[in-house]
Amino acid sequence: MATWTWFHKLSSPPHFYRIAGKMIPWYAIPAALLIVAGIYGGLVTAPADYQQGEAFRIIYVHAPAAWLSLMCYMTMAIAAAVGLIWRIKLAHALAAASAPIGASFALLCLVTGSLWGRPMWGTWWEWDGRLTSQLILFFLYLGYMALRSAYDDLTRADRASAVLAIVGVVNVPIIHFSVYWWNSLHQGSTVIRKGGPAMPPSMLIPLLMCFAGFTLLYAALACVRVRAEVLHRERNASWLKELGQG
Amino acid sequence: MTPRRKRLYAIVGILVGVGLATAVALKAFDNNLQYFYDPSEVVAGKAPSDKSIRVGGMVTKGSVERKAGSLEVQFVITDFAQSVKVSYTGLLPDLFREGQGIIAHGRLHDGMFVADEVLAKHDEKYMPPEVAKSLKKPVPPAPEGST
Repeated sequence: MATWTWFHKLSSPPHFYRIAGKMIPWYAIPAALLIVAGIYGGLVTAPADYQQGEAFRIIYVHAPAAWLSLMCYMTMAIAAAVGLIWRIKLAHALAAASAPIGASFALLCLVTGSLWGRPMWGTWWEWDGRLTSQLILFFLYLGYMALRSAYDDLTRADRASAVLAIVGVVNVPIIHFSVYWWNSLHQGSTVIRKGGPAMPPSMLIPLLMCFAGFTLLYAALACVRVRAEVLHRERNASWLKELGQG
Repeated sequence: MTPRRKRLYAIVGILVGVGLATAVALKAFDNNLQYFYDPSEVVAGKAPSDKSIRVGGMVTKGSVERKAGSLEVQFVITDFAQSVKVSYTGLLPDLFREGQGIIAHGRLHDGMFVADEVLAKHDEKYMPPEVAKSLKKPVPPAPEGST
């Protein structure tokens, strides 16, 4: 089957190392363009909100960061599962490479939310369902990284941390639905909701650009980090020595 | 069964197990996970009166009374079925206004909810001031200088 040969070829470290290297600019350049355009649109051209005034503009960083932290977790967990089931080391490398990216954006989401919450809600932090589950997501990332670093043996680190990543998946729907399941301080989602986005196009288009830009930024960062993981894991492999000489 | 398939089932099993356990735990702690009570629950006596709780609802139009010379303010919050009278002394968040969803933290005293903290709840709707004005929302546009 053609797809499987392609998949197997991609999962070979030297092949992936080359492909990922080539892909970086294809992700990074559109990511930079979209983020710059989206942030400019959000901070300059979009009108102020009728209630929140200028402070609503933090959504252009907060919401894409929240999205990225969730998407990154799903990628990490799926990669971990693939790594466990098919014993593909490259999948574990992708999971390991994703964790610090996801942790950074989860933290960015928490910090920007807190900065917005102080003037809007009147509090920096409240233990409501959404805020708490997002904080747990951040801790899951930290726990994943700590667990990995507790093992000297890479194979054991891969397997143990993969189980943690998979178990943590239950938190992802909790984060998303927390504002609907329980009374919460955090509002529901603006973009994905019944009846379409609760935002005019002048505000929405820059936001969507930021979402797309952050997603591509993740892809670019993941390529860079997986390449570094591959270099570390394959440091004694012959293809790397050839690469160094060539 | 190949070892690969065995591992796949093991992982699906872990996910289903952990998912079920989490669902049961969340169901059991449902009341503790609610961030606030509705006015209906307070009126029906479902909210404890011997400890601090949060009550959330919409500030009824025309119900806000400020005491002259002090920071004390009284208002009524409603879930459009029941309402609760709230008294609060202190600074209110920027988004506090009539028609706005708020969450008050405090205790019940003889049917009056004495709040020590009032938070504004924002909804998911965003729009420019001109649109809000033309929609003739019950909520007035943000005053200047509001952040």
